[in-house]
Amino acid sequence: MLDRIFLNLALGFLSLIAIVVVFGDFIQPHDPLAQNFLSRDEGPSAEYWLGTDDFGRDVFSRILEGTRLSMTIGLASPLIAAVIGIGMGTTAAYFGGWAERVITRITDMMMSFDPLLLGVLVVALLGPGILNLAVAISFALIPSFIRLSRASALSVRQEGYVDAAIAMGRPSYSTILRHVLPNISGPLVVMTTLWVGTAIRLEATLSFIGLGAQPPAPSWGNIVRYGVQNIFGSPLPALFAGLAITLTVLSFNILGDALRDRLDPDRAAR
Amino acid sequence: MTKLLEANDLRKVFGGAVRAVDGVSFSLDERETLALVGESGCGKSTVSRLILRLTDPTEGTIRFEGQDMGRMSQRALKEVRREIQFVFQDPFSSLDPRMTAGDIVTEPLAVHGLIKGRAKRRDTATDLLKTVGLSAKHVNNWPRQFSGGQRQRLGIIRAFALGPRLIVADEPVSALDVSVRSQVINILQDMQEDKGTAYLFISHDMATVKHIADRVAVMYLGKIVELAPKSSFFSAPQHPYSEALLSAVPASHPDKRRERILLQGDPPSPVNIPSGCRFHTRCPLAQELCKREEPPLAQVADNHAAACHFAQAWPMRSRVADTSASGP
Repeated sequence: MLDRIFLNLALGFLSLIAIVVVFGDFIQPHDPLAQNFLSRDEGPSAEYWLGTDDFGRDVFSRILEGTRLSMTIGLASPLIAAVIGIGMGTTAAYFGGWAERVITRITDMMMSFDPLLLGVLVVALLGPGILNLAVAISFALIPSFIRLSRASALSVRQEGYVDAAIAMGRPSYSTILRHVLPNISGPLVVMTTLWVGTAIRLEATLSFIGLGAQPPAPSWGNIVRYGVQNIFGSPLPALFAGLAITLTVLSFNILGDALRDRLDPDRAAR
Repeated sequence: MTKLLEANDLRKVFGGAVRAVDGVSFSLDERETLALVGESGCGKSTVSRLILRLTDPTEGTIRFEGQDMGRMSQRALKEVRREIQFVFQDPFSSLDPRMTAGDIVTEPLAVHGLIKGRAKRRDTATDLLKTVGLSAKHVNNWPRQFSGGQRQRLGIIRAFALGPRLIVADEPVSALDVSVRSQVINILQDMQEDKGTAYLFISHDMATVKHIADRVAVMYLGKIVELAPKSSFFSAPQHPYSEALLSAVPASHPDKRRERILLQGDPPSPVNIPSGCRFHTRCPLAQELCKREEPPLAQVADNHAAACHFAQAWPMRSRVADTSASGP
Protein backbone atom coordinates (compact mmCIF):
# COMPACT_ATOMS: atom_id res chain seq x y z
CA MET A 1 0.00 0.00 0.00
CA LEU A 2 2.78 2.38 1.01
CA ASP A 3 4.72 1.22 -2.08
CA ARG A 4 1.75 2.17 -4.19
CA ILE A 5 1.57 5.67 -2.71
CA PHE A 6 5.29 6.26 -3.21
CA LEU A 7 5.11 4.96 -6.76
CA ASN A 8 2.26 7.35 -7.55
CA LEU A 9 4.14 10.26 -5.98
CA ALA A 10 7.22 9.35 -8.01
CA LEU A 11 5.24 9.06 -11.22
CA GLY A 12 3.56 12.37 -10.47
CA PHE A 13 6.90 14.06 -9.88
CA LEU A 14 8.38 12.61 -13.06
CA SER A 15 5.37 13.81 -15.05
CA LEU A 16 5.99 17.31 -13.70
CA ILE A 17 9.62 16.99 -14.77
CA ALA A 18 8.51 15.95 -18.24
CA ILE A 19 6.25 19.01 -18.49
CA VAL A 20 9.06 21.28 -17.33
CA VAL A 21 11.43 19.81 -19.92
CA VAL A 22 8.99 20.17 -22.79
CA PHE A 23 7.27 23.44 -21.92
CA GLY A 24 10.07 25.08 -19.92
CA ASP A 25 10.07 28.24 -22.01
CA PHE A 26 6.47 29.00 -21.13
CA ILE A 27 6.72 28.12 -17.47
CA GLN A 28 9.86 29.98 -16.47
CA PRO A 29 8.72 33.26 -14.84
CA HIS A 30 12.07 34.97 -15.61
CA ASP A 31 14.95 34.59 -18.03
CA PRO A 32 17.22 32.15 -16.20
CA LEU A 33 20.29 34.07 -17.38
CA ALA A 34 19.03 37.60 -16.71
CA GLN A 35 20.96 39.26 -13.90
CA ASN A 36 19.39 41.83 -11.64
CA PHE A 37 21.91 43.42 -9.31
CA LEU A 38 19.22 45.27 -7.42
CA SER A 39 17.90 42.01 -5.99
CA ARG A 40 20.83 39.77 -5.10
CA ASP A 41 20.53 36.91 -2.63
CA GLU A 42 16.91 37.54 -1.93
CA GLY A 43 14.60 35.17 -0.10
CA PRO A 44 11.39 33.77 -1.62
CA SER A 45 8.87 36.39 -2.69
CA ALA A 46 5.92 36.74 -5.01
CA GLU A 47 8.31 37.98 -7.69
CA TYR A 48 11.05 35.38 -7.15
CA TRP A 49 9.37 32.20 -5.85
CA LEU A 50 12.55 30.54 -4.68
CA GLY A 51 14.57 33.67 -4.20
CA THR A 52 17.55 34.88 -6.23
CA ASP A 53 21.23 34.03 -6.39
CA ASP A 54 24.42 36.05 -6.08
CA PHE A 55 23.88 37.62 -9.50
CA GLY A 56 20.23 38.35 -8.84
CA ARG A 57 19.05 35.58 -11.18
CA ASP A 58 15.74 33.85 -10.46
CA VAL A 59 16.52 30.52 -8.74
CA PHE A 60 13.20 28.93 -9.76
CA SER A 61 13.74 29.70 -13.45
CA ARG A 62 17.31 28.49 -13.29
CA ILE A 63 16.30 25.18 -11.71
CA LEU A 64 13.62 24.72 -14.36
CA GLU A 65 16.15 25.41 -17.10
CA GLY A 66 18.66 23.15 -15.36
CA THR A 67 16.07 20.38 -15.40
CA ARG A 68 16.26 20.28 -19.17
CA LEU A 69 19.98 19.82 -19.24
CA SER A 70 20.12 17.38 -16.37
CA MET A 71 17.30 15.28 -17.76
CA THR A 72 18.73 15.30 -21.28
CA ILE A 73 22.00 13.92 -20.01
CA GLY A 74 20.25 11.74 -17.45
CA LEU A 75 18.15 10.04 -20.12
CA ALA A 76 20.49 10.15 -23.09
CA SER A 77 23.54 8.66 -21.38
CA PRO A 78 21.87 5.48 -20.11
CA LEU A 79 20.10 5.02 -23.45
CA ILE A 80 23.32 5.37 -25.43
CA ALA A 81 25.03 3.06 -22.96
CA ALA A 82 22.14 0.60 -23.21
CA VAL A 83 22.27 0.42 -27.00
CA ILE A 84 26.03 -0.08 -27.11
CA GLY A 85 26.26 -2.26 -24.01
CA ILE A 86 23.35 -4.54 -24.89
CA GLY A 87 24.62 -4.87 -28.43
CA MET A 88 28.04 -5.94 -27.21
CA GLY A 89 26.72 -8.14 -24.40
CA THR A 90 24.28 -10.11 -26.54
CA THR A 91 26.83 -10.46 -29.33
CA ALA A 92 29.33 -11.87 -26.86
CA ALA A 93 26.84 -14.32 -25.39
CA TYR A 94 25.36 -15.36 -28.72
CA PHE A 95 28.52 -16.00 -30.70
CA GLY A 96 30.88 -17.00 -27.90
CA GLY A 97 34.46 -17.70 -28.95
CA TRP A 98 36.95 -14.90 -29.45
CA ALA A 99 34.26 -12.21 -29.73
CA GLU A 100 33.15 -13.08 -26.22
CA ARG A 101 36.69 -13.18 -24.85
CA VAL A 102 37.55 -9.76 -26.28
CA ILE A 103 34.34 -8.17 -25.06
CA THR A 104 34.58 -9.60 -21.53
CA ARG A 105 38.19 -8.42 -21.24
CA ILE A 106 37.19 -4.91 -22.32
CA THR A 107 34.35 -5.01 -19.80
CA ASP A 108 36.70 -6.05 -17.00
CA MET A 109 39.03 -3.21 -17.91
CA MET A 110 36.24 -0.63 -17.93
CA MET A 111 34.83 -2.04 -14.71
CA SER A 112 38.09 -1.42 -12.91
CA PHE A 113 37.54 2.33 -13.24
CA ASP A 114 35.19 4.06 -10.88
CA PRO A 115 32.43 5.75 -12.94
CA LEU A 116 33.34 9.13 -11.51
CA LEU A 117 37.01 8.61 -12.27
CA LEU A 118 36.16 7.51 -15.79
CA GLY A 119 34.03 10.63 -16.19
CA VAL A 120 36.88 12.85 -15.02
CA LEU A 121 39.23 11.05 -17.40
CA VAL A 122 37.01 11.48 -20.46
CA VAL A 123 36.25 15.11 -19.71
CA ALA A 124 39.91 15.81 -19.02
CA LEU A 125 40.78 14.27 -22.39
CA LEU A 126 37.98 15.81 -24.45
CA GLY A 127 37.42 19.00 -22.48
CA PRO A 128 34.33 20.05 -20.52
CA GLY A 129 30.98 20.48 -22.21
CA ILE A 130 27.57 18.90 -22.37
CA LEU A 131 28.25 16.46 -25.19
CA ASN A 132 31.49 15.26 -23.62
CA LEU A 133 29.69 14.90 -20.34
CA ALA A 134 27.10 12.64 -21.96
CA VAL A 135 29.85 10.61 -23.60
CA ALA A 136 31.71 10.30 -20.31
CA ILE A 137 28.66 9.14 -18.39
CA SER A 138 27.52 6.64 -20.99
CA PHE A 139 31.06 5.30 -21.17
CA ALA A 140 30.91 4.73 -17.44
CA LEU A 141 27.60 2.86 -17.70
CA ILE A 142 28.41 0.65 -20.70
CA PRO A 143 30.20 -2.14 -18.80
CA SER A 144 27.25 -2.77 -16.49
CA PHE A 145 24.98 -3.11 -19.51
CA ILE A 146 27.42 -5.53 -21.14
CA ARG A 147 27.58 -7.61 -17.98
CA LEU A 148 23.86 -7.85 -17.40
CA SER A 149 22.85 -8.40 -21.02
CA ARG A 150 25.55 -11.01 -21.54
CA ALA A 151 24.57 -12.93 -18.42
CA SER A 152 20.89 -12.87 -19.34
CA ALA A 153 21.54 -13.69 -22.99
CA LEU A 154 23.74 -16.64 -22.02
CA SER A 155 20.82 -18.31 -20.29
CA VAL A 156 18.42 -17.50 -23.13
CA ARG A 157 20.97 -18.87 -25.60
CA GLN A 158 20.45 -22.28 -23.99
CA GLU A 159 16.73 -22.25 -24.65
CA GLY A 160 15.26 -24.54 -27.26
CA TYR A 161 13.58 -21.72 -29.14
CA VAL A 162 16.94 -20.16 -29.99
CA ASP A 163 18.17 -23.47 -31.41
CA ALA A 164 14.84 -23.72 -33.18
CA ALA A 165 15.30 -20.32 -34.79
CA ILE A 166 18.80 -21.21 -35.99
CA ALA A 167 17.70 -24.60 -37.28
CA MET A 168 14.85 -23.09 -39.26
CA GLY A 169 17.33 -20.80 -40.98
CA ARG A 170 16.87 -17.47 -39.21
CA PRO A 171 19.99 -15.28 -39.57
CA SER A 172 21.92 -14.53 -36.37
CA TYR A 173 21.07 -10.83 -36.13
CA SER A 174 17.41 -11.64 -36.57
CA THR A 175 17.52 -14.38 -33.94
CA ILE A 176 19.07 -11.92 -31.50
CA LEU A 177 16.45 -9.27 -32.27
CA ARG A 178 13.39 -11.51 -32.33
CA HIS A 179 14.18 -14.14 -29.72
CA VAL A 180 17.04 -13.10 -27.45
CA LEU A 181 16.26 -9.42 -26.84
CA PRO A 182 12.55 -9.78 -26.02
CA ASN A 183 13.38 -12.44 -23.48
CA ILE A 184 16.04 -10.42 -21.67
CA SER A 185 14.24 -7.07 -21.86
CA GLY A 186 12.77 -7.22 -18.33
CA PRO A 187 15.96 -6.85 -16.28
CA LEU A 188 17.42 -4.43 -18.83
CA VAL A 189 14.47 -2.05 -18.65
CA VAL A 190 14.76 -2.10 -14.87
CA MET A 191 18.46 -1.41 -14.98
CA THR A 192 18.12 1.41 -17.51
CA THR A 193 15.59 3.11 -15.24
CA LEU A 194 17.82 2.76 -12.20
CA TRP A 195 20.80 4.07 -14.15
CA VAL A 196 18.88 7.22 -15.14
CA GLY A 197 19.01 8.17 -11.47
CA THR A 198 22.71 7.41 -11.34
CA ALA A 199 23.39 9.36 -14.53
CA ILE A 200 21.64 12.43 -13.12
CA ARG A 201 23.73 12.12 -9.99
CA LEU A 202 26.93 11.71 -12.02
CA GLU A 203 26.08 14.74 -14.11
CA ALA A 204 25.54 16.74 -10.93
CA THR A 205 28.78 15.45 -9.45
CA LEU A 206 30.85 16.23 -12.53
CA SER A 207 29.25 19.64 -12.90
CA PHE A 208 29.84 20.26 -9.20
CA ILE A 209 33.57 19.80 -9.64
CA GLY A 210 33.45 22.01 -12.72
CA LEU A 211 33.70 19.41 -15.46
CA GLY A 212 30.12 19.58 -16.67
CA ALA A 213 27.90 22.29 -18.05
CA GLN A 214 29.79 25.57 -18.15
CA PRO A 215 28.32 28.78 -16.71
CA PRO A 216 26.25 30.73 -17.26
CA ALA A 217 24.13 27.80 -18.61
CA PRO A 218 22.44 26.30 -15.56
CA SER A 219 22.46 22.63 -14.71
CA TRP A 220 21.50 21.22 -11.34
CA GLY A 221 25.12 20.36 -10.66
CA ASN A 222 26.56 23.78 -11.30
CA ILE A 223 23.71 25.58 -9.53
CA VAL A 224 24.73 23.59 -6.44
CA ARG A 225 28.39 24.35 -7.14
CA TYR A 226 27.97 28.13 -7.23
CA GLY A 227 25.32 27.98 -4.57
CA VAL A 228 27.77 26.36 -2.19
CA GLN A 229 30.45 28.92 -2.99
CA ASN A 230 28.00 31.62 -2.03
CA ILE A 231 26.26 29.68 0.69
CA PHE A 232 26.53 32.54 3.20
CA GLY A 233 25.02 34.98 0.70
CA SER A 234 21.99 32.80 0.11
CA PRO A 235 21.66 29.04 0.81
CA LEU A 236 18.55 28.78 -1.37
CA PRO A 237 20.07 27.96 -4.82
CA ALA A 238 22.14 25.06 -3.50
CA LEU A 239 19.28 23.88 -1.33
CA PHE A 240 16.61 23.76 -4.04
CA ALA A 241 18.86 22.42 -6.78
CA GLY A 242 19.99 19.71 -4.35
CA LEU A 243 16.37 18.98 -3.56
CA ALA A 244 15.55 18.66 -7.28
CA ILE A 245 18.41 16.18 -7.74
CA THR A 246 17.39 14.15 -4.70
CA LEU A 247 13.73 13.95 -5.62
CA THR A 248 14.42 13.02 -9.24
CA VAL A 249 16.93 10.31 -8.37
CA LEU A 250 14.58 9.00 -5.72
CA SER A 251 11.68 8.93 -8.17
CA PHE A 252 13.64 6.99 -10.76
CA ASN A 253 14.77 4.52 -8.12
CA ILE A 254 11.20 3.99 -6.92
CA LEU A 255 10.08 3.54 -10.53
CA GLY A 256 12.92 1.07 -11.16
CA ASP A 257 12.03 -0.97 -8.09
CA ALA A 258 8.39 -1.07 -9.12
CA LEU A 259 9.36 -2.19 -12.63
CA ARG A 260 11.57 -4.88 -11.18
CA ASP A 261 8.68 -6.23 -9.15
CA ARG A 262 6.49 -6.17 -12.22
CA LEU A 263 8.98 -7.68 -14.68
CA ASP A 264 10.85 -10.08 -12.41
CA PRO A 265 10.96 -13.39 -14.28
CA ASP A 266 10.42 -15.27 -11.02
CA ARG A 267 7.23 -13.41 -10.32
CA ALA A 268 5.83 -13.02 -13.80
CA ALA A 269 3.88 -16.08 -14.90
CA ARG A 270 5.83 -17.96 -17.49
CA MET B 1 20.77 -43.89 -55.74
CA THR B 2 21.41 -40.93 -53.52
CA LYS B 3 20.14 -41.25 -50.02
CA LEU B 4 18.11 -38.45 -48.48
CA LEU B 5 20.60 -38.10 -45.66
CA GLU B 6 24.00 -39.62 -45.28
CA ALA B 7 26.16 -39.18 -42.21
CA ASN B 8 29.68 -40.37 -42.68
CA ASP B 9 32.08 -40.97 -39.79
CA LEU B 10 30.75 -38.06 -37.74
CA ARG B 11 32.87 -37.06 -34.80
CA LYS B 12 32.34 -34.35 -32.25
CA VAL B 13 34.90 -33.65 -29.57
CA PHE B 14 34.02 -31.09 -26.90
CA GLY B 15 36.78 -29.19 -25.16
CA GLY B 16 39.48 -31.29 -26.79
CA ALA B 17 38.75 -34.35 -24.66
CA VAL B 18 35.08 -35.29 -24.52
CA ARG B 19 34.41 -37.60 -27.45
CA ALA B 20 30.65 -37.19 -27.45
CA VAL B 21 30.24 -38.59 -30.96
CA ASP B 22 33.03 -40.88 -32.01
CA GLY B 23 32.60 -42.09 -35.57
CA VAL B 24 28.94 -42.39 -36.46
CA SER B 25 27.74 -43.31 -39.94
CA PHE B 26 24.21 -43.94 -41.10
CA SER B 27 21.87 -43.09 -43.92
CA LEU B 28 18.22 -42.35 -44.26
CA ASP B 29 15.83 -42.88 -47.16
CA GLU B 30 12.78 -40.86 -48.10
CA ARG B 31 9.76 -41.69 -45.93
CA GLU B 32 11.89 -43.76 -43.61
CA THR B 33 12.01 -43.58 -39.83
CA LEU B 34 15.35 -44.33 -38.28
CA ALA B 35 15.29 -44.54 -34.51
CA LEU B 36 18.48 -43.65 -32.70
CA VAL B 37 18.41 -45.17 -29.22
CA GLY B 38 20.73 -45.33 -26.24
CA GLU B 39 21.19 -44.24 -22.65
CA SER B 40 21.37 -40.56 -21.76
CA GLY B 41 24.85 -39.27 -22.40
CA CYS B 42 25.57 -41.67 -25.28
CA GLY B 43 25.74 -38.81 -27.78
CA LYS B 44 22.43 -39.24 -29.55
CA SER B 45 21.34 -35.65 -28.93
CA THR B 46 24.70 -34.43 -30.18
CA VAL B 47 24.08 -36.36 -33.39
CA SER B 48 20.77 -34.55 -33.81
CA ARG B 49 22.46 -31.19 -33.23
CA LEU B 50 25.08 -32.10 -35.82
CA ILE B 51 22.44 -33.01 -38.40
CA LEU B 52 20.63 -29.72 -37.73
CA ARG B 53 23.95 -27.86 -38.01
CA LEU B 54 23.49 -26.34 -34.58
CA THR B 55 27.06 -27.34 -33.98
CA ASP B 56 29.78 -28.22 -36.46
CA PRO B 57 31.27 -31.71 -36.50
CA THR B 58 34.92 -32.05 -35.54
CA GLU B 59 35.27 -34.56 -38.36
CA GLY B 60 33.06 -36.32 -40.86
CA THR B 61 30.48 -35.21 -43.37
CA ILE B 62 26.73 -34.92 -43.56
CA ARG B 63 25.23 -35.13 -47.01
CA PHE B 64 21.68 -34.09 -47.75
CA GLU B 65 20.64 -35.46 -51.14
CA GLY B 66 24.29 -35.93 -51.94
CA GLN B 67 25.37 -32.38 -51.08
CA ASP B 68 27.93 -31.91 -48.33
CA MET B 69 26.32 -29.58 -45.77
CA GLY B 70 29.71 -28.61 -44.38
CA ARG B 71 30.80 -27.02 -47.65
CA MET B 72 27.64 -25.11 -48.41
CA SER B 73 27.33 -21.36 -48.76
CA GLN B 74 25.09 -19.62 -46.23
CA ARG B 75 22.41 -19.27 -48.88
CA ALA B 76 22.48 -22.95 -49.87
CA LEU B 77 22.45 -23.97 -46.22
CA LYS B 78 19.37 -21.86 -45.64
CA GLU B 79 17.66 -23.65 -48.52
CA VAL B 80 18.57 -27.03 -47.02
CA ARG B 81 17.27 -25.90 -43.64
CA ARG B 82 13.85 -25.62 -45.28
CA GLU B 83 14.00 -29.34 -45.96
CA ILE B 84 15.25 -30.39 -42.54
CA GLN B 85 13.04 -29.45 -39.63
CA PHE B 86 13.01 -30.57 -36.01
CA VAL B 87 10.94 -31.33 -32.95
CA PHE B 88 12.73 -30.79 -29.68
CA GLN B 89 12.45 -32.67 -26.44
CA ASP B 90 11.35 -29.96 -24.05
CA PRO B 91 8.04 -28.44 -25.13
CA PHE B 92 8.51 -25.71 -22.54
CA SER B 93 11.81 -24.39 -23.75
CA SER B 94 11.30 -24.91 -27.48
CA LEU B 95 8.59 -22.26 -27.84
CA ASP B 96 9.48 -18.59 -27.34
CA PRO B 97 7.39 -17.38 -24.36
CA ARG B 98 7.12 -13.95 -25.99
CA MET B 99 5.50 -15.14 -29.20
CA THR B 100 1.87 -16.09 -29.76
CA ALA B 101 0.95 -19.57 -30.94
CA GLY B 102 0.09 -18.21 -34.37
CA ASP B 103 3.46 -16.50 -34.74
CA ILE B 104 5.26 -19.59 -33.50
CA VAL B 105 3.77 -22.02 -35.98
CA THR B 106 4.19 -19.68 -38.93
CA GLU B 107 7.70 -18.58 -37.96
CA PRO B 108 9.48 -20.93 -40.41
CA LEU B 109 7.33 -19.58 -43.26
CA ALA B 110 8.10 -16.02 -42.26
CA VAL B 111 11.84 -16.69 -41.97
CA HIS B 112 11.88 -18.04 -45.50
CA GLY B 113 9.78 -15.16 -46.81
CA LEU B 114 6.92 -17.44 -47.86
CA ILE B 115 4.24 -15.50 -46.11
CA LYS B 116 3.43 -11.81 -46.25
CA GLY B 117 1.05 -9.69 -44.24
CA ARG B 118 -0.70 -10.08 -40.88
CA ALA B 119 -3.99 -11.36 -42.28
CA LYS B 120 -2.39 -14.02 -44.45
CA ARG B 121 -0.21 -15.11 -41.56
CA ARG B 122 -3.20 -15.39 -39.29
CA ASP B 123 -5.13 -17.50 -41.79
CA THR B 124 -2.21 -19.83 -42.36
CA ALA B 125 -1.71 -20.15 -38.62
CA THR B 126 -5.35 -21.11 -38.17
CA ASP B 127 -5.10 -23.74 -40.90
CA LEU B 128 -1.97 -25.18 -39.33
CA LEU B 129 -3.45 -25.25 -35.84
CA LYS B 130 -6.49 -27.12 -37.13
CA THR B 131 -4.34 -29.94 -38.48
CA VAL B 132 -3.34 -30.90 -34.94
CA GLY B 133 -6.70 -30.42 -33.27
CA LEU B 134 -6.27 -26.84 -32.10
CA SER B 135 -8.49 -24.05 -33.33
CA ALA B 136 -8.63 -20.45 -34.47
CA LYS B 137 -9.23 -19.26 -30.94
CA HIS B 138 -5.72 -20.41 -29.98
CA VAL B 139 -3.96 -18.18 -32.52
CA ASN B 140 -3.31 -15.35 -30.10
CA ASN B 141 -2.62 -17.48 -27.04
CA TRP B 142 0.77 -17.46 -25.37
CA PRO B 143 2.74 -20.68 -24.97
CA ARG B 144 2.23 -20.64 -21.20
CA GLN B 145 -1.51 -21.02 -21.76
CA PHE B 146 -1.06 -24.45 -23.35
CA SER B 147 -0.51 -27.83 -21.74
CA GLY B 148 2.63 -29.87 -22.39
CA GLY B 149 0.93 -32.03 -25.00
CA GLN B 150 -0.57 -29.03 -26.78
CA ARG B 151 2.79 -27.30 -26.80
CA GLN B 152 4.44 -30.32 -28.35
CA ARG B 153 1.72 -30.34 -31.00
CA LEU B 154 2.58 -26.69 -31.72
CA GLY B 155 6.19 -27.78 -32.07
CA ILE B 156 5.18 -30.50 -34.50
CA ILE B 157 3.14 -28.29 -36.83
CA ARG B 158 5.89 -25.72 -36.73
CA ALA B 159 8.17 -28.48 -37.99
CA PHE B 160 5.74 -29.40 -40.76
CA ALA B 161 4.92 -25.83 -41.80
CA LEU B 162 7.57 -25.78 -44.53
CA GLY B 163 6.75 -29.27 -45.79
CA PRO B 164 10.21 -30.62 -45.00
CA ARG B 165 11.65 -33.87 -46.34
CA LEU B 166 13.30 -34.78 -43.04
CA ILE B 167 12.38 -34.12 -39.45
CA VAL B 168 14.85 -34.65 -36.65
CA ALA B 169 12.81 -35.49 -33.57
CA ASP B 170 14.94 -35.43 -30.43
CA GLU B 171 12.96 -37.33 -27.78
CA PRO B 172 9.73 -35.61 -28.82
CA VAL B 173 7.57 -37.43 -26.28
CA SER B 174 9.86 -38.20 -23.36
CA ALA B 175 8.90 -34.99 -21.54
CA LEU B 176 5.18 -35.73 -21.89
CA ASP B 177 2.74 -37.59 -19.68
CA VAL B 178 2.18 -41.16 -20.71
CA SER B 179 -1.46 -40.32 -21.39
CA VAL B 180 -0.62 -37.82 -24.15
CA ARG B 181 2.40 -39.65 -25.55
CA SER B 182 0.50 -41.95 -27.85
CA GLN B 183 -1.59 -39.04 -29.06
CA VAL B 184 1.53 -37.11 -30.09
CA ILE B 185 3.12 -40.22 -31.61
CA ASN B 186 -0.01 -40.78 -33.67
CA ILE B 187 0.10 -37.22 -34.93
CA LEU B 188 3.71 -37.77 -35.97
CA GLN B 189 2.74 -40.95 -37.82
CA ASP B 190 -0.28 -39.41 -39.53
CA MET B 191 1.80 -36.46 -40.66
CA GLN B 192 4.40 -38.83 -42.06
CA GLU B 193 1.80 -40.77 -44.01
CA ASP B 194 0.33 -37.54 -45.34
CA LYS B 195 3.53 -35.81 -46.34
CA GLY B 196 6.03 -38.61 -46.79
CA THR B 197 8.54 -37.08 -44.43
CA ALA B 198 11.51 -39.05 -43.18
CA TYR B 199 12.23 -39.07 -39.44
CA LEU B 200 15.43 -39.30 -37.51
CA PHE B 201 13.74 -40.27 -34.27
CA ILE B 202 15.88 -40.03 -31.18
CA SER B 203 14.65 -41.84 -28.12
CA HIS B 204 15.57 -43.90 -25.12
CA ASP B 205 12.14 -45.47 -24.90
CA MET B 206 12.03 -48.86 -26.60
CA ALA B 207 8.24 -49.10 -26.56
CA THR B 208 7.93 -45.89 -28.59
CA VAL B 209 10.67 -47.02 -30.96
CA LYS B 210 8.96 -50.34 -31.55
CA HIS B 211 5.83 -48.45 -32.49
CA ILE B 212 7.27 -45.88 -34.88
CA ALA B 213 10.60 -47.02 -36.32
CA ASP B 214 11.49 -48.71 -39.60
CA ARG B 215 15.10 -49.21 -38.62
CA VAL B 216 16.87 -48.95 -35.29
CA ALA B 217 20.37 -47.70 -34.54
CA VAL B 218 21.73 -48.31 -31.04
CA MET B 219 24.33 -45.90 -29.75
CA TYR B 220 26.75 -46.56 -26.93
CA LEU B 221 29.41 -44.07 -25.84
CA GLY B 222 29.36 -42.09 -29.07
CA LYS B 223 29.27 -44.99 -31.48
CA ILE B 224 26.59 -47.03 -33.22
CA VAL B 225 26.90 -50.59 -31.94
CA GLU B 226 23.94 -52.08 -33.77
CA LEU B 227 21.97 -51.03 -36.84
CA ALA B 228 19.08 -53.17 -38.03
CA PRO B 229 15.55 -53.23 -39.41
CA LYS B 230 13.02 -53.02 -36.62
CA SER B 231 11.67 -56.56 -36.91
CA SER B 232 15.01 -58.32 -36.81
CA PHE B 233 16.27 -55.95 -34.15
CA PHE B 234 13.44 -56.71 -31.76
CA SER B 235 13.33 -60.42 -32.52
CA ALA B 236 17.06 -61.12 -32.67
CA PRO B 237 19.29 -58.36 -31.31
CA GLN B 238 22.93 -59.10 -32.00
CA HIS B 239 24.71 -56.86 -29.53
CA PRO B 240 24.67 -57.62 -25.78
CA TYR B 241 24.00 -53.94 -25.09
CA SER B 242 20.89 -53.96 -27.30
CA GLU B 243 19.73 -57.06 -25.53
CA ALA B 244 20.16 -55.32 -22.18
CA LEU B 245 18.17 -52.31 -23.42
CA LEU B 246 15.37 -54.54 -24.68
CA SER B 247 15.23 -56.52 -21.47
CA ALA B 248 14.49 -53.28 -19.65
CA VAL B 249 11.18 -52.85 -21.50
CA PRO B 250 8.26 -54.01 -19.36
CA ALA B 251 6.56 -56.95 -21.04
CA SER B 252 3.00 -56.68 -22.31
CA HIS B 253 2.22 -60.11 -20.87
CA PRO B 254 3.74 -61.88 -17.83
CA ASP B 255 4.49 -65.01 -19.88
CA LYS B 256 6.42 -63.00 -22.43
CA ARG B 257 8.75 -61.60 -19.83
CA ARG B 258 12.35 -61.46 -20.91
CA GLU B 259 15.30 -62.39 -18.79
CA ARG B 260 16.23 -59.09 -17.12
CA ILE B 261 19.83 -58.20 -17.82
CA LEU B 262 21.16 -55.66 -15.38
CA LEU B 263 24.22 -53.84 -16.60
CA GLN B 264 26.87 -53.35 -13.98
CA GLY B 265 27.86 -49.80 -13.08
CA ASP B 266 27.49 -46.54 -14.99
CA PRO B 267 28.55 -46.04 -18.58
CA PRO B 268 32.22 -45.03 -18.76
CA SER B 269 32.98 -41.35 -19.31
CA PRO B 270 33.36 -40.20 -22.93
CA VAL B 271 36.57 -38.50 -21.78
CA ASN B 272 38.12 -41.88 -21.13
CA ILE B 273 36.70 -44.44 -23.53
CA PRO B 274 37.71 -48.03 -22.69
CA SER B 275 40.21 -49.81 -24.92
CA GLY B 276 39.03 -52.44 -27.37
CA CYS B 277 35.28 -52.86 -27.43
CA ARG B 278 33.92 -49.81 -25.61
CA PHE B 279 31.25 -51.94 -23.99
CA HIS B 280 33.55 -54.58 -22.50
CA THR B 281 33.61 -53.01 -19.01
CA ARG B 282 29.90 -53.73 -18.59
CA CYS B 283 29.37 -56.63 -20.95
CA PRO B 284 28.22 -59.93 -19.42
CA LEU B 285 29.99 -61.78 -22.25
CA ALA B 286 33.30 -59.95 -22.37
CA GLN B 287 36.41 -62.00 -23.19
CA GLU B 288 40.11 -61.16 -23.41
CA LEU B 289 39.72 -60.32 -27.10
CA CYS B 290 37.19 -57.60 -26.31
CA LYS B 291 39.66 -55.67 -24.15
CA ARG B 292 42.23 -55.60 -26.93
CA GLU B 293 40.40 -55.21 -30.17
CA GLU B 294 37.57 -52.91 -31.15
CA PRO B 295 34.97 -54.83 -33.16
CA PRO B 296 33.86 -53.10 -36.39
CA LEU B 297 30.21 -52.52 -37.19
CA ALA B 298 29.84 -55.54 -39.50
CA GLN B 299 26.98 -57.18 -41.34
CA VAL B 300 25.75 -60.21 -39.43
CA ALA B 301 22.49 -60.82 -41.31
CA ASP B 302 20.39 -59.12 -43.99
CA ASN B 303 20.85 -55.38 -43.45
CA HIS B 304 21.64 -56.19 -39.85
CA ALA B 305 24.95 -54.87 -38.55
CA ALA B 306 26.45 -55.20 -35.09
CA ALA B 307 29.74 -54.22 -33.53
CA CYS B 308 30.44 -57.28 -31.39
CA HIS B 309 33.11 -59.96 -31.74
CA PHE B 310 30.60 -62.62 -30.79
CA ALA B 311 27.59 -61.42 -32.75
CA GLN B 312 25.74 -64.25 -34.46
CA ALA B 313 27.95 -66.80 -32.71
CA TRP B 314 24.89 -68.20 -31.03
CA PRO B 315 21.45 -66.90 -30.10
CA MET B 316 21.77 -63.94 -27.84
CA ARG B 317 19.25 -64.89 -25.21
CA SER B 318 20.80 -68.25 -24.42
CA ARG B 319 24.24 -66.68 -24.33
CA VAL B 320 23.16 -64.21 -21.74
CA ALA B 321 21.21 -66.81 -19.81
CA ASP B 322 24.26 -69.12 -19.77
CA THR B 323 26.60 -66.54 -18.39
CA SER B 324 24.14 -65.35 -15.79
CA ALA B 325 23.64 -68.94 -14.63
CA SER B 326 27.34 -69.66 -14.35
CA GLY B 327 28.24 -66.18 -13.15
CA PRO B 328 29.51 -65.43 -9.66
